Amino acid sequence: MTDITAEPGSSAPLGALGPDAQVAVAVASRATPTRWRLLLRRPTFLVGAGILLFWVVCAIFGHLIAPFNPLAQQLLSANTAPSGAHWFGTDPLGRDVLSRVIVGARDILIITPLATVLGTVLGTALGLAMGYFGGTFDLVVGRIVEAVLALPFVIIAFLFVVAVGSSTVMVIIVIGFVFTPLIARTVRAAVLAERHLDYLSSARLLGENPARIMFAEILPNIMPAILVEFTVRLGYAVFAVATLSFLGFGPPPPTPDWGSDIAADYSGLLAGYWWQTLFPALAIASLVTAVNLITDSVEQVLSS
Amino acid sequence: MATFLLRRLGLMILTLWIVSLIVFFAGQILPGDPGRAILGPFAAKSAVQALDTQLGVNRPLLTRYLSWIGGLLHGNMGTSYTYRTAVEPFIRAALINSVKLAVLAFVIVVPLGIIGGVIAALYAGRAVDRIISVTGLSLATVPEFVSGIVLIVVFGVTLKVLPVTAAAGAGAGDLSQFRHLILPAIPLVFVLFGYIARMARAGTIESLNSDYARTAVLKGLPRATMIRRHVLRNSLLPTITVIATQTGYLIGGLVVVETLFNYQGIGNLIFKAAGAKDFTMLEAGVLIIGVVYVLATLAADLLLIALNPRLRIGAQND
Repeated sequence: MTDITAEPGSSAPLGALGPDAQVAVAVASRATPTRWRLLLRRPTFLVGAGILLFWVVCAIFGHLIAPFNPLAQQLLSANTAPSGAHWFGTDPLGRDVLSRVIVGARDILIITPLATVLGTVLGTALGLAMGYFGGTFDLVVGRIVEAVLALPFVIIAFLFVVAVGSSTVMVIIVIGFVFTPLIARTVRAAVLAERHLDYLSSARLLGENPARIMFAEILPNIMPAILVEFTVRLGYAVFAVATLSFLGFGPPPPTPDWGSDIAADYSGLLAGYWWQTLFPALAIASLVTAVNLITDSVEQVLSS
Repeated sequence: MATFLLRRLGLMILTLWIVSLIVFFAGQILPGDPGRAILGPFAAKSAVQALDTQLGVNRPLLTRYLSWIGGLLHGNMGTSYTYRTAVEPFIRAALINSVKLAVLAFVIVVPLGIIGGVIAALYAGRAVDRIISVTGLSLATVPEFVSGIVLIVVFGVTLKVLPVTAAAGAGAGDLSQFRHLILPAIPLVFVLFGYIARMARAGTIESLNSDYARTAVLKGLPRATMIRRHVLRNSLLPTITVIATQTGYLIGGLVVVETLFNYQGIGNLIFKAAGAKDFTMLEAGVLIIGVVYVLATLAADLLLIALNPRLRIGAQND
C-alpha cells in the first residue's frame, strides 16, 4: 500500500513539518457548519456518495437483492459466460457471479470503517501525546513509528498472522495498527502548530491536567484535520482489506467476498473465464473510487 | 557533515534493530512448537523433541534472539524449516528477481510521475490538474491485484499482446524476460504514480510561488526558461526523498503482484513462508526488506545533500 498522504518532510533529517501537515493545520481553523452544506452541491461528492450508498445497500440487503443464492452450486452450468440468466456469468462451481458480487460487499464494508476508526482513535491519542509532551517520549515513540513504517503493511499482516492466526478481528487490528503511526504523525504535526497558542498557555496556567488539555482543549481544534485524515485512510483501508482477503486473510469459503473470490478464481483467467475475476475486481475499483471522490470533496470543501 | 552522516547511520541501525525485535518476537508468540508443526500430528514425541533441539527452538527466548542476531551479523540467516537447508540462496535468488521487477517499475513511474506532477502544478486548479490529481489518487488506492486483473484481461486474454506470467522460463533471453515483466510492473506503476505526482506537484507549486521565481519572471526570463532553470531544480528535491520512502511500500506491492503473476520474488517467498510457518525464512525475508528500505532512505538523503547546497551547509552546521 502506498502512502500518498505522507508529508515530504517526514523522513527529512530534522523531521520538519511538511507542507501537507501545514495545510491540514490551516484547514483546522476554518471548518464551519455551512461548509458541510457545500458538500451536497459538489457533483463529485454526490457521485461518490451514490456509489457508496449502493454498496451499503448491497451489504445490508444483499441476500434480498441477489437474483440467485450466492452459495447455490450448479455444477452443470459451471464457467458459463455472462448471459441473460447470469448477467455476470458463473464461477467454477456454477454459482452466480452477480449474486456473489452483491452479497460479497458485506465483509469489506464492515471491516473497512471499523479498522479506520480503530486506527484513527489510537493514532489521535498517540499523536496528541507525542505533540503535547514532546521530548524523550516523542523521540522514542517516533523511532518505533519509523520502524513500523519501514515495513509494508502486507508484511506486518503476515507477521500478525504467523503470531496470532487469521480472523476478521485480526484483519481489523492489523489495519488499525498500521494506520496508527500514520495518523499519529498528522495529529502530532497539528498539535505542534497549536502548542504555543494563547488558549493553551491559559489552560496550563489554570492548572488543568494534561489529559484534559489534550482532549478537551486541543482535540476540538484539530478535529477537521483528523476528519480529512480519516476519509483519506478510509480509501487505503478498502485497499488493505481487499488485498488481505486476496492473500487469503478474508472470510473462509464459501462466504462470498470480492478479494477471496478473485484469489479463488484467477487461475481461470488463462482459460478465458474473465468474468469470474473481472466483476469482483471492478466492484473493488468502484468502491475505492467512490471513497476517493468523497475524500476529495471533503478536502476541497474544508480548504476552499 | 561527518556528524550528520554518523547520526543518520546511527538512526538507521536503531530502526533496523527495532525492526529485528518486531520480526523476531512476532515469530515467537505463536503457541505450539515448530518441530510439531513441521513433522505433523502423528510424529513420535521423541522425533519432535529431537528436531526442536536441532532447530534450537527450545532454548530461552533471549538466547535464541542473540544467536539469531549473531548469525545475521556473520551473514548466516539460519536454516529454513521447510527446505531444511540454508535460507540465503532462496533469499538471494528471490531478491534478484524482485529487484528486476522493481527497477522496471521505477524506470517507468519516476519520469511519468514527475511529468504528471509538474503539468498539474503548472495548471493548478484547472481541469488538467483535477484530472491528474484525482486519477493519481484513485490509481494509488486501487489494489495491485485489481488493476493487474484488468490488465491481464485486456492485454493478455483479449488482445493477446503480452505474456500473463512473469517468469519467462529457463534459458529465456533478456528481451523475453523484459516482455514478461511489463504487465506485472504496470500495477506497481499505477500505485506509485499518484504519490510521486502529488509530491512533484506540491514542490513545483511551492517554488512557483517563491521569491526567486518571481525575481526570474520580473527580470524578463521566458516562462519556459524560468520553469526549467529555477523551478524544477528546487521542486524535484522533495520528490527524491519520497521515491526512496516508496521502496518499502513497493515491496508490499510486490507480494501481491508476484503472487498474481506467479513470479519467484521476495514477496512471493515471504508469502509462502508465512503460509508454511517457515519462521527463519519469514524472519530473514522481512529483515532484508527492512535493510533495503533503510538503505534506500539513506541513499536518498545522500543524493539530496549532493543536489542541494543549502542542505550541505545545514548538514555541516549540524
